[in-house]
Amino acid sequence: MNLPVHLKTPTRAPVYALVGNPNCGKSTLFNGLTGLKQKVGNYPGVTVERKIGTAYSQHGQPMTLIDLPGTYSLAARSPDEAVTRDVLLGSRDDTQMPDRIVCIIDASNLERNLYLVNQIFDLGRPVILVVNMMDLATAAGLQIRIDRLEKDLGIPVIAAQASKGVGLIELKLTMSRVDLPLPKHRWDVPAAISASVAELQASLQNNDGKPPLIARAEALLLLTDQNPVRVAGSQPLSDRTSVILDQWEKRWNADGTDWSGSLVAARYDAIGILTANTVLQQETHGMRQSRLDRIDGIVTHEVWGWTVLGAIMSALFLSIFTLAELPMGLIESSVSALADWVKSQMAAGELRDLITDGAIAGVGGVVIFLPQILILFFFIGLLESTGYMARAAFIMDRLMNRVGLNGKSFIPLLSSYACAIPGIMATRTIEDPKDRLVTILVAPFMSCSARLPVYLLMIAALVPSGEVPIFTKVGLMLLMYGLGTCGAFGFAWLFKRTLLRGEPPPMIMELPPYRMPRIKDVFMQMIERGSLFLKRAGTIVLAISIVLWALTAYPNAGESATPAEQVAQSFAGQAGHAIEPIIKPLGFNWEIGIGLISSFAAREVFVSATSVVFNVEEDEENTAPLLQALRSATWPDGRPLFTPLVCLTLMVFYVFAMQCISTVAVVRRETNSWRWPLFQIGYQTGFAWLLCLVIYQSGTALGF
Amino acid sequence: MSDTVPLSKLSVGSSAVLREYPKSGTAFLRLREMGMLPGTRLTLVRTAPMGDPIEIKVRGYNLTLRKSEADHVIVEPESAA
Ligand SMILES: Nc1nc2c(ncn2[C@@H]2O[C@H](COP(=O)(O)OP(=O)(O)O)[C@@H](O)[C@H]2O)c(=O)[nH]1
Repeated sequence: MNLPVHLKTPTRAPVYALVGNPNCGKSTLFNGLTGLKQKVGNYPGVTVERKIGTAYSQHGQPMTLIDLPGTYSLAARSPDEAVTRDVLLGSRDDTQMPDRIVCIIDASNLERNLYLVNQIFDLGRPVILVVNMMDLATAAGLQIRIDRLEKDLGIPVIAAQASKGVGLIELKLTMSRVDLPLPKHRWDVPAAISASVAELQASLQNNDGKPPLIARAEALLLLTDQNPVRVAGSQPLSDRTSVILDQWEKRWNADGTDWSGSLVAARYDAIGILTANTVLQQETHGMRQSRLDRIDGIVTHEVWGWTVLGAIMSALFLSIFTLAELPMGLIESSVSALADWVKSQMAAGELRDLITDGAIAGVGGVVIFLPQILILFFFIGLLESTGYMARAAFIMDRLMNRVGLNGKSFIPLLSSYACAIPGIMATRTIEDPKDRLVTILVAPFMSCSARLPVYLLMIAALVPSGEVPIFTKVGLMLLMYGLGTCGAFGFAWLFKRTLLRGEPPPMIMELPPYRMPRIKDVFMQMIERGSLFLKRAGTIVLAISIVLWALTAYPNAGESATPAEQVAQSFAGQAGHAIEPIIKPLGFNWEIGIGLISSFAAREVFVSATSVVFNVEEDEENTAPLLQALRSATWPDGRPLFTPLVCLTLMVFYVFAMQCISTVAVVRRETNSWRWPLFQIGYQTGFAWLLCLVIYQSGTALGF
Repeated sequence: MSDTVPLSKLSVGSSAVLREYPKSGTAFLRLREMGMLPGTRLTLVRTAPMGDPIEIKVRGYNLTLRKSEADHVIVEPESAA
């Protein structure tokens, strides 16, 4: 092959791609290089995070950096990895092919990390190799000869410790070099398959229009994994190329050639030779290692493992409920202050009501959960970057496997107890798309904090305090949480057997060494995810809030009407009446119907909506007047409305029904279509209705 | 050649050399790309509380896999010499 030794000076600022294995410190390095100059979004058509940032050279020249999803191999097995492959192969229309590549490897784990690097060398682009985690390698007694690596590979190699910023300046200096050499590392394609590589390469050049080196790299990937994952934006293979691939496979299957195995082995052979020359294993003191192993022994222990998990989760929920209280109060008062201010600035009228009661109140009702959501993101980020998340998945895998999921679904589901939104966004770590979808579909069954006010109100209405021991109340509460959990697992099991049939995905996962994350990085990630949620859900939440407001404000009953009268004859009231036939079998009347409809904004709105409907002065602190009103509410024939059975049924409805527009908006974004959120509304609410029907009807039959 | 056993039968704390596993299947493909090749040395570190999955150390890092996969991975235990 005829390779130019240097790439000529690019006429524009070079575009760099950042690639590496998961957990090699890539995000830390990216943050270090770009600071806050990052743009986070999505690759069109796939829910894979796209991060692009700008770094400045020593001379102030901007350089564009694309942070690609971490992967162990370019033979993609998940949508994230497919994006990494596609961008590097230059086959995504939405992303420019990077001119140069920065490969980050974990010094304490060279061989496996170099496998990806070896594949990247095939692309024929200038590469800078960053050997990160040098501190850990040293602690493990590994001595890495950077100069020898540089000589053997023919490219710049930089020793780094990203978490301390070591190596950043050298890296920036190297990145701003005008000419960067191409890697000269060679490895031998096994003789048994070299003919197929040549034939596939030719076909990829001629039939798929690929440049020669890219065609060769892609041919090698196809021979590693004949069915790589493709996502929206990936280019399908041309027919001719597929036929050639099939023919070779048939031939090899017949004569027993392990083509993929020999290819992978050939790469590792080359890596073995490289590391033999460059890595010296010294006498280890092994102190640190054995300490970490001991921690691991505890964290995954039969007894202590669960204790630790339980303790961490309790701390998580405790801090969500205590720490969030203050900012939630602040948000609430600022939202109402804002509404008051708008009221004072504008003339009374429909536009003003739309802004204050519709937009501000509606969005405020969602934003109020932001502190909880952020705390949850913070914890998830912390668990991820310390490495504990993988341990939790490890010990939970057996249980999750029973319903056909794997351990990675555990944390997303657990987070959903606080709020489904961070939970659903955390499903991105689940590689298998079907598993991910199942987890998303069942996550809202976990009782989130917005349901608490409803449960509390209903429990108070159900069992008058003083008469029953507190245990009954707590028991009822736990029952609701338990019901939701069973529902989630039951439906996960069902979906994995029917709609999203599939083998339980393998649980092949690295257990990364424990690391002390930088709080700054975790914070940045939290802010990033929080703003992603606001951006994603914001517009939908705003739109639906306005619609919901309009439903209660129109048609206008006139000046003299009380709020209760206004609601009663509004569209919402009419809708409440309209759905009464459907919900009557559950023991609900139209007034409860209005509460159910309003709950689509956020479930806790039920409390304020019923306050309006029953004409009670709304009071957060004191629900006694509302309780009084609920107890005295009746059907037209004088039967009491909120019988204990109805209260219970209503709670069960809130456990199962999908009633949260923010969740709908996030699911829409995460699954990239309206199909799944609509399905979710349908099946969850349908199931809620059915279950409530059974409970109410059999309860009535039994004389409750 | 000494006796070989499935990886899932290896006792905790013992080391073995990988001999062979199925050529196809996405799980095995991934294992291979992560450096588990015939001849690679590995150690069974522990099993999860409920006996599954298992954790092994290979090429200096820790990896989990389920027993259902480990059943097909044939290893040759190192004699405890
Ligand atoms: N000891 C040490 N830890 C590091 C280094 N670089 C990153 N880390 C830590 O490694 C963990 C994973 O890093 P992250 O950047 O999230 O990895 P990514 O998955 O590749 O994006 C974090 O806790 C980092 O703080 C390093 O050079 N030395």
